[in-house]
Amino acid sequence: MVSRKLARRLALSVMCVAGALAPAQALAEGLDLSGKTVEWVIPFSETGGSAKWANFYAPLLSEALPGSPTVVVKFMPGAGSTKGANWFQNQEFADSEGTLIFGSSGSTQFPYLLGDPRVRYEYKDWNVVLASGTGGVAYLPPDLAGKMNGNDASALREVDFIYGSQGATRLDLVPLLAWEMLGLNVEPVFGIKGRGDGRLMFERGEANIDYQTSSSYLKGVTPLVEEGSAVPMMSWGALNPNGEIVRDPTFPDMPTFKEVCEATDGCETSGEKWDAWKAFFISGFPAQKMVFLPNGASQEAILAYSQAFEKVKARSDFPEISAGRLGVYPQMTGAKAAGALKNATEVPDSAKAFVVDWLQERYGVSLK
Amino acid sequence: MDILGTALPALAQASEMIFQPAVLGYLLLGVVMGLCIGVFPGLGGIAGLSLLLPFMFGMDPVLGLALMIGMVAVVPTSDTFASVLMGIPGSSASQATVLDGFPMAKKGEAARALSAAFASSLFGGLVGAAFLTLFILVARPIVLEFRTPELLMITLFGLSMVGILAGQVPIKGIVAAGLGLMVGTIGEGDSAGALRMATYDMPYLTDGLKLVIVGLGIFAIPEIVSLLRQDRAISEGSMLGGGWLHGVRDWFANIWLSVRCSLIGVTVGVIPGLGGSVVDWIAYGHTVQTSKDKSKFGSGDVRGIIGPESSNNAKEGGGLVPTLLFGIPGSGSMAVFIGAVALLGSGQIEVGPSMLKNNLDVTYAIVWLLALANVAGTLICILGSSGIARLTTIPFALLAPFLFMIISFAAFQSGQNLMDLVALFGIGLLGILMRRFDWSRPAFLIGFVLSNPAETYTNQAVQIARSRFRKGFEEGLEYVFSPIVIVLIIITVISVVVGLRQSKNIRAEGDVQFGTKRAPLIFLAAIFGYLVFAFTNATLIPDFAAADRVFPQFVGFVSIVGCLVLLIQMRFRSEMDPLFCDSEAGNSEGNQHGLWETLAWFAALLILTSLVGFILALAVFLVAFIHFRAGRNWPYALLYGASGIAFMCAMAWVLNRDFPPGLLQSFVKLPWPLT
Repeated sequence: MVSRKLARRLALSVMCVAGALAPAQALAEGLDLSGKTVEWVIPFSETGGSAKWANFYAPLLSEALPGSPTVVVKFMPGAGSTKGANWFQNQEFADSEGTLIFGSSGSTQFPYLLGDPRVRYEYKDWNVVLASGTGGVAYLPPDLAGKMNGNDASALREVDFIYGSQGATRLDLVPLLAWEMLGLNVEPVFGIKGRGDGRLMFERGEANIDYQTSSSYLKGVTPLVEEGSAVPMMSWGALNPNGEIVRDPTFPDMPTFKEVCEATDGCETSGEKWDAWKAFFISGFPAQKMVFLPNGASQEAILAYSQAFEKVKARSDFPEISAGRLGVYPQMTGAKAAGALKNATEVPDSAKAFVVDWLQERYGVSLK
Repeated sequence: MDILGTALPALAQASEMIFQPAVLGYLLLGVVMGLCIGVFPGLGGIAGLSLLLPFMFGMDPVLGLALMIGMVAVVPTSDTFASVLMGIPGSSASQATVLDGFPMAKKGEAARALSAAFASSLFGGLVGAAFLTLFILVARPIVLEFRTPELLMITLFGLSMVGILAGQVPIKGIVAAGLGLMVGTIGEGDSAGALRMATYDMPYLTDGLKLVIVGLGIFAIPEIVSLLRQDRAISEGSMLGGGWLHGVRDWFANIWLSVRCSLIGVTVGVIPGLGGSVVDWIAYGHTVQTSKDKSKFGSGDVRGIIGPESSNNAKEGGGLVPTLLFGIPGSGSMAVFIGAVALLGSGQIEVGPSMLKNNLDVTYAIVWLLALANVAGTLICILGSSGIARLTTIPFALLAPFLFMIISFAAFQSGQNLMDLVALFGIGLLGILMRRFDWSRPAFLIGFVLSNPAETYTNQAVQIARSRFRKGFEEGLEYVFSPIVIVLIIITVISVVVGLRQSKNIRAEGDVQFGTKRAPLIFLAAIFGYLVFAFTNATLIPDFAAADRVFPQFVGFVSIVGCLVLLIQMRFRSEMDPLFCDSEAGNSEGNQHGLWETLAWFAALLILTSLVGFILALAVFLVAFIHFRAGRNWPYALLYGASGIAFMCAMAWVLNRDFPPGLLQSFVKLPWPLT
């Protein structure tokens, strides 16, 4: 025992010296997955953004993990990811020995934060090994975008907006609250199956405001912007290391919601409402998708996975292959991932209470 | 000219996509699978596509389409084998073929009947593909104009088809469709997330029932169970006889009949939701009506084969029209198809208007595939007919457990849960009873499939229209009553009127028997009870979620009124009234085994699964069934069981799926596949 520990410590120090040369092999000595199959459970169906994200990472992760196991993505859709997350909560690390990981999304985080009665999972029990960020962009038809005076959106208050929405308690909470803070009169039309349907509604001229997450915006809306049938309004922005909202590196030319809010009369970038918006934005976007090991995971396993993702990020072709499929967003591991998880799941009680009240008052949604 | 300008390059691109070795290979694979599925009685397009579904994820779109189209296109070609040789419809689309095909086979003219059928099938399939090409060309500009009110009207038009499917008692058809709509609303509402007929304590139902399970339960299970109960003596040997060329000459002599019936098939196929179960009857009716010498029909007239067989392949081309253009399924199998297309590639293709706009080449690739599959299917059928015909000599008692195993596997792909099997069993029981009492099963399925679009589009159209009306009365009217909407309303009204008038002539389930009043009354009372319960359940949804309440309330109310009318009629009418259809009466189907005794086998599989997990339960079930029910010796039964389990494990291994665990698995840790 002692000698093994010593060896590991030695290996650790060797790694420190060797630096970036071969970190994964040296440290992951404790976890060997050769000949095994790693199951990556995604609590959504095969068509969503989480599926694209996991399918992007799975083959890269397979190469980077010690022993190069086969990594398969397994879908467990149901109840907007609550079903899969509840299932994962009951998994013990001892049963899988590092061959089971779970991918969560903003839709897993929000019900957890809002105290949805269906939630039987606890983020604190899980062990984060990767946190992927994303962003979002709101856009308008050209005639309405023309009404904006620079970043000042107050002229848009006279417009009746229609927005195709997936539900006020999902990620749509962030744009709906943002537009309300700007004083816009946005009526959400519910019953949309995915953000793609919302875009189609916009294209047909039935909806006159919409938002898409970054990768969908790049693929679906950029062509519309080029042909002149849509104009970007604002991005939600990105978080800098100090926790401040700055321009989204994927869309550096677009103003952020913060800038628009500052330029618009009656919209405050401080106070209860702003804090609530920011808290839920942070929970929903900069750490939207995370990878977890189950309850009770060994340090070795956590380290092995963290380093595997490090290794993936360090690939020379990573910026190129990820930009097209994930956008230019931080892919955080180690302490940064833990920090992102903390930001995403520890929303101040005041912000939670505000949003719960707002949902009840504005949309009649009761979460009890 | 502009239309041609965009279509011709797309057609050319599409042919480039298709004529590649890999694509053609997948197409052939699909065709062979489709032929097998078609030969087995009770399995049709829904079951076949459900099996392919889990393979579709991430597959190259063209390859996946080749596989699926290949399968769907040829089911109506090969189902002729069972119809002609066994007198059992191979799938619902060739029921009418039995009437003249089986007598011809008994006269030793099986080969003549089959070759006439294949020639007609090929011709019909090509007509269907040509029609689809033309229709896409003409309709594309119109479809691109579709907004929510238009989509809603198309959905309502699909629902109006219930009129023609209703059978002899129209109100029964309406209630069946209403029941389908109500079952479709189970789960979380789309608009406000309110729960209908579900609780969070039973998470399975909050997502609603899946189409795969409802489709298999309503159509496949009742057929399999009924064939199993009849335990029929199978066609003695596979004597096909000669006369292959004779059959083709027969077809050519009646080519105009074939043309007319193909057009009927395409037209019926275009109408959303109508699908395969009636098209052959309509074509058969037309064939008889237009023939001068009617004396031989029913005892082996080759025209009675040419008509239905031309129509049932043509309908696949027609059925793709609403599917591809509007994203509204033309039939049950098309509904599964829509779900499968969404899985292809990285999900960039979505059937409906957006596909016509962005993926015109893929749309035309589907047309090419359809035509090719028909040709390939016919060739394989003719060349391999003696081998394929031998498949029909397998006693059904040996086939049934295998079919049931495949269906169970397809069913639990959707939720990977024991509850999937429970739901399959429950819906299957409903299907068996609906079949028994002549309640229209197609009407039920249409209701189920269109339930969600009808509700969502209604809610959205109302909400958007309200906002338009706020802007100005005229703008609102313009939005709601666009020229397309008005045309669709007119078509819908006409179809309801004509449909109700015609429905008495169409008997999707064949002739019916009458028994006592009691059994049909109990079944009606049970449906009534469910509807009242679901109605009350919807009424309890609080005001803030009213959007999720209105639809089930409205549908429930209409259906309850229909039930009340039926109850009153039952009180006053005689036992010989079509109201009291009961196929169990007088053992008209020549059943060798009781219903409950047969069902008990499957119930046992279910209970055993909940105790020891699916694979162990299946092993016990297969061996026991083959030994005790099919009467084979132990070694035979063990071999059968072993191959069945091996097949299942291979499928699950390829797809990386686990099987539903039972009670045992929560105490003992077992290696895969027993987990």
